[in-house]
Amino acid sequence: MLPVSTTAPAPTTTTTAGTLLDFTDVAMQFPNGTIALQHVDLTVNRGEFVTVVGPSGCGKSTLLRIASGLEVASEGSAEVDTNRIGYVFQDATLLPWRTVEDNVELLAELSGVKKSTRQAKAREAIDLVGLAGFEKNLPKQLSGGMRMRTSLARSLTLDPELFLFDEPFGALDEITRERLNDELLRLFVEKQFAGLFITHSVSEAVYLSTKVIVMSGRPGTIVGTFDVPFPMPRDPEIRFTAEFAQLVGEVSHALREGHH
Amino acid sequence: MAQSPMSMTSGEVSIAVVRARTVRAAERGRRGAKAALWILPIVVFIILIGLWYLAALYYDKVVQLSFLVPYPHQVLAVVFFPKAGLSPSFSSQLLDGLLNSTEVALTGLAVAIVIGVVWAVLMSQAKWIERSLYPYAVILQCLPILALAPLIGSLFGFNFLSRVIVTVMISLFPLVANTLFGLQSVDRAQRELFQLQGAGRWTTLTKLQVPAALPSIFIGLRTAAGLSVIGAIVGDQFFQRGTPGLGVLIQVATLRLNGPGAYAAILTACLLGVAAFLLFGWLGRLAVGKWYDFS
Repeated sequence: MLPVSTTAPAPTTTTTAGTLLDFTDVAMQFPNGTIALQHVDLTVNRGEFVTVVGPSGCGKSTLLRIASGLEVASEGSAEVDTNRIGYVFQDATLLPWRTVEDNVELLAELSGVKKSTRQAKAREAIDLVGLAGFEKNLPKQLSGGMRMRTSLARSLTLDPELFLFDEPFGALDEITRERLNDELLRLFVEKQFAGLFITHSVSEAVYLSTKVIVMSGRPGTIVGTFDVPFPMPRDPEIRFTAEFAQLVGEVSHALREGHH
Repeated sequence: MAQSPMSMTSGEVSIAVVRARTVRAAERGRRGAKAALWILPIVVFIILIGLWYLAALYYDKVVQLSFLVPYPHQVLAVVFFPKAGLSPSFSSQLLDGLLNSTEVALTGLAVAIVIGVVWAVLMSQAKWIERSLYPYAVILQCLPILALAPLIGSLFGFNFLSRVIVTVMISLFPLVANTLFGLQSVDRAQRELFQLQGAGRWTTLTKLQVPAALPSIFIGLRTAAGLSVIGAIVGDQFFQRGTPGLGVLIQVATLRLNGPGAYAAILTACLLGVAAFLLFGWLGRLAVGKWYDFS
């Protein structure tokens, strides 16, 4: 069994060796005056999978954009202690003219990794997400779930220490989404990255995470934090337990409270 | 109705019969649709030729100026059965004109592609460049080329160079506009994906924007190809020096009241445009057809 940290995260301590992402009092105001985030304190430690749930338009995605460096927070400090960051977008964002393997190689290619190395990396990542046999397919020949797997594989080639997910499975059907949740958990256990996952599905949040953070509507602030006690690797059957249902209920409750 | 096999119950048999009927009906439908795909265009073509004959008949018998609208068979005859004694024969003049116009059109098109793509790439690099340069593309598109042509002749000589310049001016806009549209069609997330890996302008241009723009570039090219033929013919009308193209032939035939000859030259020019359109459509499908539904 892989050693998986199940320790509950300490309440906002100072940056420790295990902290990969540390936001302190982060606020984000866009040039048009919209305040997307306010007073956000958030840490993601190694071994943690943190999920942020909130109503649409609450600035959840902005958190990721700040973490990845696509945006700069207008207030507060946003520290990220790694440069191996994976980013999975809402859409698979594959290049339609590239085959699966060429798409998976893209990021390594852009970073200047040499051909043979990145090919090996791509092959490994394709195997990991279960796309072996589809290397030569074009995106348009794939289902939505397979496109998302390709997108995951593409980020995996970077060996991310911190993996950012922006509602990646939101557009998929329920069955595909659950399958991909299981795959993602398997990868989390196997690859030991830390995850910051955005979703608006409460059950997805509880199932995937070690910690669930609830955000209120605009301007987005954190209105609740829940530690998820279920051990990793996670048994898909926990979704049908009373404890799971109760936690989903509590999170949903917090979500409703924060959404006025 | 064949005797039903022992293993089938009557219900199954009737389902099988219904299914067979449905399949047959579907096949009939498909065959019908396929036939319509071929037959209808031919019917339309025949109707058009018929209308042409009616018009020709009218101008021949009623107006009595048959050279204005010659009969279709006369046009074919002037190409394929030239009158003896005429030297060089009309069909060989037509072939020479066709080759010369093709040369002008392709040269102009090549120059237009280079200018158009460079222009669009520049504009795609920054909003201020786009705002500074796009108006001139629109102005170019609105220039009355016909009125300008004599001036171009005086400036650059009444021969090949001026023909090419007119061709470039006529075919440039669709290339600029379509290429720019294509370069800007890249969605934000894809751009950010590149940004996150620290990709520079050049990498983003060559690995993301240009491949993404190829379908629109080919659509622009197809339109521009047709226009380049028009450009070559228009150039001929004004610049009579140098080797004559189809435009010169059209003019000469018209002046000599050679109706069939003029029509033959005009139709040849048309067919050249259509051929160019088809050629670039085919090249487009070859280049991007695998991943883009290029129709």
